[in-house]
Amino acid sequence: MTDSNKVQAKPCCGTPNIDDSQGCTCTPSTVTANQSAPWIIGSTNTSVGVIPQINTQLTFQDRLGSWKSRWDIGRMDYKVTPGLYAVGKPDGASPVLVSANYKMSFDKLRQELSGPNLWILVLDTKGVNVWCAAGKGTFGTQELIQRIAQVKLAELVTHRRLVLPQLGAPGIAAHEVLKTTGFKIIYGPVRASDIPEYLAAGMNATEAMREVRFGLMDRLVLTPVELVAAFKPALIILGLLVFINIILHGSLTVYQFLGRTLLDFLPFCGAIFAGAVLVPLFLPLIPGRALAAKGWLFGLFWAGIYLKFIAPTGNGWHIATYLLLLPPVVSFLAMNFTGSTTYTSLSGVVKEMKVAIPAQIIAVGLGILLLMGQWFA
Amino acid sequence: MKQQYIKNVVSLDLNVEKCIGCGRCREVCPHHVFKMENRKALIQNRDGCMECGACARNCPAEAITVRAGVGCAAAIVMGKLRGSAPYCGDSDEPNKQCCG
Repeated sequence: MTDSNKVQAKPCCGTPNIDDSQGCTCTPSTVTANQSAPWIIGSTNTSVGVIPQINTQLTFQDRLGSWKSRWDIGRMDYKVTPGLYAVGKPDGASPVLVSANYKMSFDKLRQELSGPNLWILVLDTKGVNVWCAAGKGTFGTQELIQRIAQVKLAELVTHRRLVLPQLGAPGIAAHEVLKTTGFKIIYGPVRASDIPEYLAAGMNATEAMREVRFGLMDRLVLTPVELVAAFKPALIILGLLVFINIILHGSLTVYQFLGRTLLDFLPFCGAIFAGAVLVPLFLPLIPGRALAAKGWLFGLFWAGIYLKFIAPTGNGWHIATYLLLLPPVVSFLAMNFTGSTTYTSLSGVVKEMKVAIPAQIIAVGLGILLLMGQWFA
Repeated sequence: MKQQYIKNVVSLDLNVEKCIGCGRCREVCPHHVFKMENRKALIQNRDGCMECGACARNCPAEAITVRAGVGCAAAIVMGKLRGSAPYCGDSDEPNKQCCG
């Protein structure tokens, strides 16, 4: 594309090319985009152009990509080109499913679709999953209306029905889409794995298909990202310990100093693991409703284990210090897990933070004072 | 096991007068907050609401209001720091949007 083309780009013409360093461009997106992707196994000729046909089997590459995203490796840039795709040999009467352009979402959908012939309309959600994108409004009414027009969907199919994932509903006003495009929105199941049954039942979702869950496996797959996210707080704690030990034990040799600091870091590593992994896993079993409170409780539990079995001491200062320092660390990480749950409301999180953040700051402050004090006393 | 969050905080409100009984709210809610009775929607599980906003967005009669947003501590902190609404990531940065 030449520079003059870029300047002439019309306001909001569809697929933005965000990576362009020279500013705003609109790539006139075509339905045949992304032909070179390894999961495209053919193409279908239609009245609106050649439409790529996709594989419904995931390959090792796809699974590796999902695994990397779970560990937050390239997660924010794991995308599919928006537009139309064919599954099997669809025709004008075939159903149209709508999805986000986060590759993991797209993979979860297509791996369930071996069998039926249908179309998939991928919206540009900037590589974000359906639910989060709906919350942000990128899986939204405007994007859907524009994408329907851009791929000439009304020419391609004879019916006027679109099946959207139910979790896309926060971003889509179904009645507005109907009014503007003539397409009627049908909300399908929450989970892609229910789609075959849903289609077989004539697009009828059961109560169970409509409900979002947060089971052990759902929580387990989230823990790697929580661990990666906890890396920064861990470094801050390590830095603080180094700082405190420099003040308190300036006369130690380098090896003694390192050994001591790592030993001091151990209970905090445990607290971070508890907050990032164990609290998510045991979430429904830990008493309390606020996640910060659940974390605090779990932190006290970990502090008790540490003081009783790992570093037993009769020193009251020592005990008080860890009872003050460890629980707020677990509490903070547990509180951050609110962003990953499927049931915490904005109002609720605001309410728990109003209590939790001051409590965490006070406890850590007192703990640090005690830590310093016991050496100067 | 079904998780339960903090009680009596949710900003969800349903104006039964305006409700036309289409049942969309019941259809889109992932936590079974609504039920239909006598061709009207009713809130049966208020504390189950996570304020995603799907019901309000899809209500053709505008009978539902809710302060929709992400129930995410990190996003709330980020929002406070930026002086904006809760904010969870940079992919919706307005100045990066095409031709906006």
